[in-house]
Amino acid sequence: MSEAPLLSLAIWIPIFSGCALLATGGDRNAPLTRALALVAALVGLAVTLPLYTGFDLASSGMQFVEQHRWIARFNIQYLLGVDGISMLFVILNSFITVIVVLAGWRVIDHKVAQYNAAFLIMSGLMNGIFSSLDGVLFYVFFEASLIPLYLIIGIWGGANRVYAAFKFFLYTLAGSLPFLVALLYLFFASGGSFSILDWHQTPLSHGEQIWIFLAFLVAFAVKIPMWPVHTWLPDAHVEAPTGGSIVLAAIALKLGAYGFIRFSLPIAPDAAHELAGLLIALSLIAVVYIGFVALVQEDMKKLVAYSSIAHMGFVTLGIFLFSQMGLEGALVQMISHGFVSGAMFFCIGVMYDRMHTRRIADYGGVVNTMPKFAAFFMLFAMANAGLPATSGFVGEFMVILSTIQTDFWLAFAAATTLILGAAYTLWMVKRVIFGAVTREPVAQLKDVTPREFAILALLAVAVIAMGVYPQPFTEVMHSSVNELLRHVAVSKIQ
Amino acid sequence: MDLKSLSLVAVFAPLAGALVAGLFCRVIARSVAHTAAIAGVATAFVAALLAFREVAGGARFNGTVYQWLTTGDYAFEVGFLIDPLTVSMMLVVTFVSLMVHIYTIGYMRDDPGYNRFFSYISLFTFSMLMLVMSNNFMQLFFGWEAVGLVSYLLIGFWYTRPTAIFANLKAFLVNRVGDFGFLLGIGLVLAYFGTLDYAAVFARVPALVGETIPLFGADVAAVSVITAICILLFIGAMGKSAQVPLHVWLPDSMEGPTPISALIHAATMVTAGIFMVARMSPLFELSDTALSFIVIIGAITALFMGFLGIIQNDIKRVVAYSTLSQLGYMTVALGVSAYPVAIFHLTTHAFFKALLFLAAGSVIMAMHHDQDIRRMGGLARYLPVTWITSLIGSLALIGTPLFAGFYSKDSIIEAVEASSIPGAGLAYGALLIGVFVTAFYSFRMFFLVFHGKERFGAASHGAGGHAAHDEHASHDEHQGLPPGEKPHESPWVVTLPLILLAIPSLLIGYVAIEPMLFGGWFADAILIDEVAHPGMRELAEHFHGAAAMALHGLSSAPFWLASSGVALAWFLYLRRPDLPAVWQARLGPLNTVLENKYYFDRFYETVFAGGARLLGRGFWQGGDVRVIDGFINGSARFVGWAAAVLRFLQSGRIYHYAFTMIFGLLVLMTLTLWVGRA
Repeated sequence: MSEAPLLSLAIWIPIFSGCALLATGGDRNAPLTRALALVAALVGLAVTLPLYTGFDLASSGMQFVEQHRWIARFNIQYLLGVDGISMLFVILNSFITVIVVLAGWRVIDHKVAQYNAAFLIMSGLMNGIFSSLDGVLFYVFFEASLIPLYLIIGIWGGANRVYAAFKFFLYTLAGSLPFLVALLYLFFASGGSFSILDWHQTPLSHGEQIWIFLAFLVAFAVKIPMWPVHTWLPDAHVEAPTGGSIVLAAIALKLGAYGFIRFSLPIAPDAAHELAGLLIALSLIAVVYIGFVALVQEDMKKLVAYSSIAHMGFVTLGIFLFSQMGLEGALVQMISHGFVSGAMFFCIGVMYDRMHTRRIADYGGVVNTMPKFAAFFMLFAMANAGLPATSGFVGEFMVILSTIQTDFWLAFAAATTLILGAAYTLWMVKRVIFGAVTREPVAQLKDVTPREFAILALLAVAVIAMGVYPQPFTEVMHSSVNELLRHVAVSKIQ
Repeated sequence: MDLKSLSLVAVFAPLAGALVAGLFCRVIARSVAHTAAIAGVATAFVAALLAFREVAGGARFNGTVYQWLTTGDYAFEVGFLIDPLTVSMMLVVTFVSLMVHIYTIGYMRDDPGYNRFFSYISLFTFSMLMLVMSNNFMQLFFGWEAVGLVSYLLIGFWYTRPTAIFANLKAFLVNRVGDFGFLLGIGLVLAYFGTLDYAAVFARVPALVGETIPLFGADVAAVSVITAICILLFIGAMGKSAQVPLHVWLPDSMEGPTPISALIHAATMVTAGIFMVARMSPLFELSDTALSFIVIIGAITALFMGFLGIIQNDIKRVVAYSTLSQLGYMTVALGVSAYPVAIFHLTTHAFFKALLFLAAGSVIMAMHHDQDIRRMGGLARYLPVTWITSLIGSLALIGTPLFAGFYSKDSIIEAVEASSIPGAGLAYGALLIGVFVTAFYSFRMFFLVFHGKERFGAASHGAGGHAAHDEHASHDEHQGLPPGEKPHESPWVVTLPLILLAIPSLLIGYVAIEPMLFGGWFADAILIDEVAHPGMRELAEHFHGAAAMALHGLSSAPFWLASSGVALAWFLYLRRPDLPAVWQARLGPLNTVLENKYYFDRFYETVFAGGARLLGRGFWQGGDVRVIDGFINGSARFVGWAAAVLRFLQSGRIYHYAFTMIFGLLVLMTLTLWVGRA
């Protein structure tokens, strides 16, 4: 089994099938297109599963490695591999792709082929990001993955999509250029290698590390997004179609945090330690400040978008504690957030498809007409508020417990999410789901269709399984995280 | 069966019932739902009985069921600890839950959410058992939050009522404030003990005495680790067990259907905080600061919440304030290190308070869901079973000798008297006044409901300008008994649980006091430092049998205080019913303070809820929109402006370019010359 190039398959099956979908023609072939897209997504998921079953828990190094020469002159390689940090994201991404294809099944009825192609291609590119071990290859995937996202927002997006796409562009442009410069610098500093693993071993002076760390920080902070470079996210979510929001929240937001773990920490460990205070402060601002901002949102998507920023604050907080529990908590939080925010955005999509509004004030009493949907929504809302036995609890629990070992008051600030998270989520539930039906459109609502039910059930099972038994998720991380922390603890200044 | 299997059965039988009734609530018949739920809880009750027998025989269990998570040096597990404290709680929880399940068949008969309701109360039973049976802090927190979730769902069970969905959000958020402290306490436990397993933590406690944490900087004020942990954990208990100032959610929780008021908001969930502190006795015993804090909070709750019970007119709210006050009694018992007494009062209270709530529910059914006691009266004739069981419950509550509440409450008062912990003196006074107040409001309600003139069946409701006291009670939902119609006693599924709860309300104190408090039942489950906190020992010295205690009780101060409370209630509400209004008018300002519940709600709504929204809007409109987006859009505008300027340079005319080149050459030459000369 380990002979098969699983990572290449995980990258190129979705990309090639996405390109092939474009050949299925116009929207009169939509049923065929959808079926093919689903098959491609399922096959894409199936090839990633052996990554888990065949994973060697004892090894902290890269597994399923594939190495080929790409551009020999600059020593650029087609170098793939996953460790305990990246492996779960490949699977998560492939899983979310299935969800997204199903989510757009009936809803998207124009340019069906292009829509599904965009998502499949993006899925392949994302898998590429998580499994690239070559800096240039990573950068190519990293930048290329933005194109489908632009298109998804730009073509299937809402009324104000131009502004959102523009803002998104401005932010990411500002981030990408320093990142590229840092990569080139590392190429020379390492004596002519683009291998990320080589860079991990490259000695760098204090000043070099600080500059490289800051360059990475700009690129990754925008992606996560961290306060204060977060304001593109709510706008992008509001304009994106449901599928776009799901991918954006579930996968795209993870790229920045993954970058911190793969690049910033091991390449510039001294700078990471030195600037940890800044990163922790920004993370806590994300938790507290954004928590209050989320409270007063009037648009459901904006509310969940802000809550995503707050949840990602826990991820960056966990990363910069430099402890096993904190870092694993951050990774768990990233995966859980993939399920929970994906589910929340899907739920909002389900309501939007029926009501064509996302304003909280336009709802009220949805439980009366959509009881099954309301039960699911309640579950995901509770997961969003971090209730134990849902996946949302595990990461927050680990990060808070790890923070308190660093400093009590930092944990004090982080733990306010218990109150704020519950306040903004459940206040929305109260106004949207509960209450008597006072508006005619709500009275006309139909409960979820079997397709919607299946998607919700899949996500619900994931959320509960991860909450009740998170051990299968964390045990694959142990070796790699342990090795990373050991590596980061050693100074690179010579 | 061994204890581990029994624990698994006890926990998963109610969960199975909940899943059957819940997942299929829209397809299965009502009889299937309630049979599944009741079978699950009955199984759990039998398992608890068998476990009780094993534990009484000396068996103990402390083991892991599965490993939840490992990370770094830590392992978090799901496991059970079955000892005398656990089985006591298991028996109380499963028995009251079983009674409530049966009662629900009658009470929720006409409700469209019948199956869903059964699912919730079974889920609650599962969660509560997970809480009390846990052998570690992680699972304790799971149970803690899970009962909170079910409480939230059940308070908002009638989700179309604005008051209900306000109350459940409020309950959840106030509890989350407590959980905030609780989680930080758990975090400190892990940080300093390196484990969340109870046994391992308690074993390492001695090593941490004297250890401090630099909470406010090392030199300013270092706090003892144990004290910090205990106070943080207790903040969790203040939320769950509704202690001042986190009590505000409990009265509003009465928006939920009455069976859950009995089960969750009187007998079991709200006592989770009491149980938790008793469970953590090896920690709390080492912090007199924390114990003092507990005593003071408990005393304030016991007395001031009792006062509020006096002016309530909603039958459920009277009982709710009584619950708050009794929780204060239990908390005081914890604070004076009389943990077994606290658990004893928890047990007796679970029976008689569940009884009082279910009886109130029976009255509400007879009144066609009118809950205002001013529109009742004379019901004793029509509801004989409800009347007699209510009388038993009320007598138990006020501490009549021989009744269950007498033994537990008198023990608390004696333990407080014997205690020398700072605050105990104040608490002693508060509890004694509380006895009088309890008797007064209990019998005020009892007389107003069951005796005196029949005031029900009046054509119009809400008459008189007195309805303003309770802004959340929506009177339109109170249907009330049609004029001329007489109330009927409830069906047997309702009265049977009343009778089955009345029996322990009468007897459990007499039977259980000796083994529970003085027979060493909790010897290995609860740790008391008898040198520093000799209350329990003194209690034991003064105890000469349950009968003697009752006899002695007849001549003690609490008995006379309770009797005068009853007498005053009789005088004011049966003998001279014209007087209360006069007194109320005369005590205007005081009355206003009480009717506004000491302004806690208004304060929280303005300062915390309003403040949070204000802050959120400030951060959003000020921070995000004005500053950050202002900068982004500004830089975009700058780029646009710069581009517009630069566009002029690209005119496409050769002579422009030529001129520019010449000009540039000139500038360069000048600069070179200038620099070269300098």
